[in-house]
Amino acid sequence: MIGNSNTVPLLAVEDLGIEFRTRSGTVRAVDGIGFELCRGKTMALVGESGSGKSVTAYAIMGILDAAARITSGQIVFGGLALLQAGEKAIAEIRGRELAIIFQNPRTALNPIRPVGKQIADVLLRHGNVTAAQAPGRAIEMLAKVRIPDPERRARSYPFELSGGMCQRVMIAMALACAPQLLIADEPTTGLDITTQAVIMDLIAELAASQNMATLLITHDLGLASEYCDHIAVMHAGHIVETAPMEALFAAPHHPYTAKLIAATPGGAPSLDALVAIPGALPDLRRADLPPCRYSERCERAAPDCFDRPLRRRSVGDDRRVACHFPL
Amino acid sequence: MTSDRPLLAVDGLRKLYPVGKHRIWGRGAAPSLLHAVDGVSFTIGRGETVGLVGESGCGKTTIVRLIARLLDASHGSICFDGLEIGKIPARHFGLAPPRAQIQMVFQDATDSLNPRFTAFRAIADPLLRLRRLSGTALRARVEEVARLTGLPPELLSRFPHQLSGGQKARVGIARAIAVEPRLLILDEPTSALDVSVQVVILRLLQDLKRQLDLSYLFVSHDLNVVRLLCNRILVMYLGHIVESGPADRVFAAPAHPYTQALLSAVPKPGFAGGRSTRIGLPGEPRSPIDPAPHICPLYGRCGRATEKCMVDMPALRAIAAGQFAACHYPITDPAAEPQPLAVNEPSAEDDYRDLALGQRGQNP
Repeated sequence: MIGNSNTVPLLAVEDLGIEFRTRSGTVRAVDGIGFELCRGKTMALVGESGSGKSVTAYAIMGILDAAARITSGQIVFGGLALLQAGEKAIAEIRGRELAIIFQNPRTALNPIRPVGKQIADVLLRHGNVTAAQAPGRAIEMLAKVRIPDPERRARSYPFELSGGMCQRVMIAMALACAPQLLIADEPTTGLDITTQAVIMDLIAELAASQNMATLLITHDLGLASEYCDHIAVMHAGHIVETAPMEALFAAPHHPYTAKLIAATPGGAPSLDALVAIPGALPDLRRADLPPCRYSERCERAAPDCFDRPLRRRSVGDDRRVACHFPL
Repeated sequence: MTSDRPLLAVDGLRKLYPVGKHRIWGRGAAPSLLHAVDGVSFTIGRGETVGLVGESGCGKTTIVRLIARLLDASHGSICFDGLEIGKIPARHFGLAPPRAQIQMVFQDATDSLNPRFTAFRAIADPLLRLRRLSGTALRARVEEVARLTGLPPELLSRFPHQLSGGQKARVGIARAIAVEPRLLILDEPTSALDVSVQVVILRLLQDLKRQLDLSYLFVSHDLNVVRLLCNRILVMYLGHIVESGPADRVFAAPAHPYTQALLSAVPKPGFAGGRSTRIGLPGEPRSPIDPAPHICPLYGRCGRATEKCMVDMPALRAIAAGQFAACHYPITDPAAEPQPLAVNEPSAEDDYRDLALGQRGQNP
């Protein structure tokens, strides 16, 4: 066990910057983001596609693409600086202390290996079990994620299971070694709404019972508000605002957050009440990106927004915003 | 031509797929039948937007394909503007006059556009085939629908990979309205889009409907979008319509236990208490293969089920003005509160469900 207080952050990301080298230029996918996550807490990274949510998750897991380069910052997990630690040290904690659930369970699972064996593989690598115990423990994990008839399902291949069942297998695999931090990268995309509710309730329940921290990556503000204490809103590789869930919806401080809430159909009484967000994400390959990457879409933009360096600053309890002229 | 006649009337529509054992020269056991759509009747009025909601595997896509006449129905009739189109074989429908009147906008604009066609060619394709336009007439019509859908003309020479998600969605819509259809089938048109773009596309659809006097069949699993766009909704479960009615009425007071469970699963932005009021559906849906004709499809997952639900399949009946539900114990009827049975444990039937979904489960 590493770290044991609920106040010292389990995960601290500071000033993280990630670039991708591509044929058409360097994409500054993530730029100077930072957040903290304490044990037992849940946090959502919310943003549109291309905002850098998944890249951030992959950086924490140490599974970035070879074309990616971390340009600045650090990631501290339970006292260990992940970016400085060697591949061997990370391989020890990845899967045991740090686990991830991927977006599409069908492509994340090995199609030609029974699901029970895939869970047993994780246990054998990290879980201090013998080869004889592993299959039994895998079945226990399947039962824990409420797969009916786990003994028989352990012998099933992913194609024999429905989407919801495959996602449960992914959760069973991620939680097999009782990790400290679970990253759920759009865990319910492509699942039905009732299945989504079951899967998310299951994650929340297991997280609560193990005092596990959860980082939920989603584009759905509704999902984030139902399951997360804190929400960090991302736009074009920046975290524009971090706040407790209720406070964020009650009074968004960043203009982008306000627009995002106004564009979400969940609470709107009619189609006319929804507000579109003008413009598109800026091209992250540009060399002349303004300090505030939202400034070109922002109705409140002033000359300052295009040249004055932007720092994230605290506003009130537990809230931070990156805007010169917050709402 | 009377205007009070619905544009589309579907009556007793069924689609059964043989599965499993194949018969060779009529010998061997009769094949099992998967009931994808099992006796569905509904109408779409002129200028109406009807939402079709339900989980994957409930038969939404099959209904869409039957109405778009890409599939032949096993039983039942599809009447489009007084013309029985259900009897035209699907392979001949491409040349039948009603083809241009019923058009489709597909789910993922990226997958449904030919990567080797420019936006112009994609929009021109139905005009070439169904309107036999060419030359300047073709160019004029393509540019006109591009303008209607808010697609800048300079983008018409681009290929799909050079367009953004919202632009591809516009190309998909422009292609569908190019041949002046009267019924547009929208199969999850915004599911691949970010919320910021989704709003714009939904508005565009609403405006086009008014401008071009279209009727929509809007298929979606995003209940929030359905609520905002549709006049009336149809809720499907396992090949049956379990509830239908005006959208605001169904969302405010669902009568069928399945509709209620579905609505309670929708997360509300800025509201953390959704989990406490959620009505769960335990277990998995029943097998759609050779279902017993007298059991309510929701039996085994429904908290309100009694023995009656096991011996008598409920039919759609009126609950309130325009609202119908297929349930013996609809929620708005406090007098008929049943004495619920214990909910069944998942049974061996689930296996078939999983196997069936193994083939089809990719469809979100």
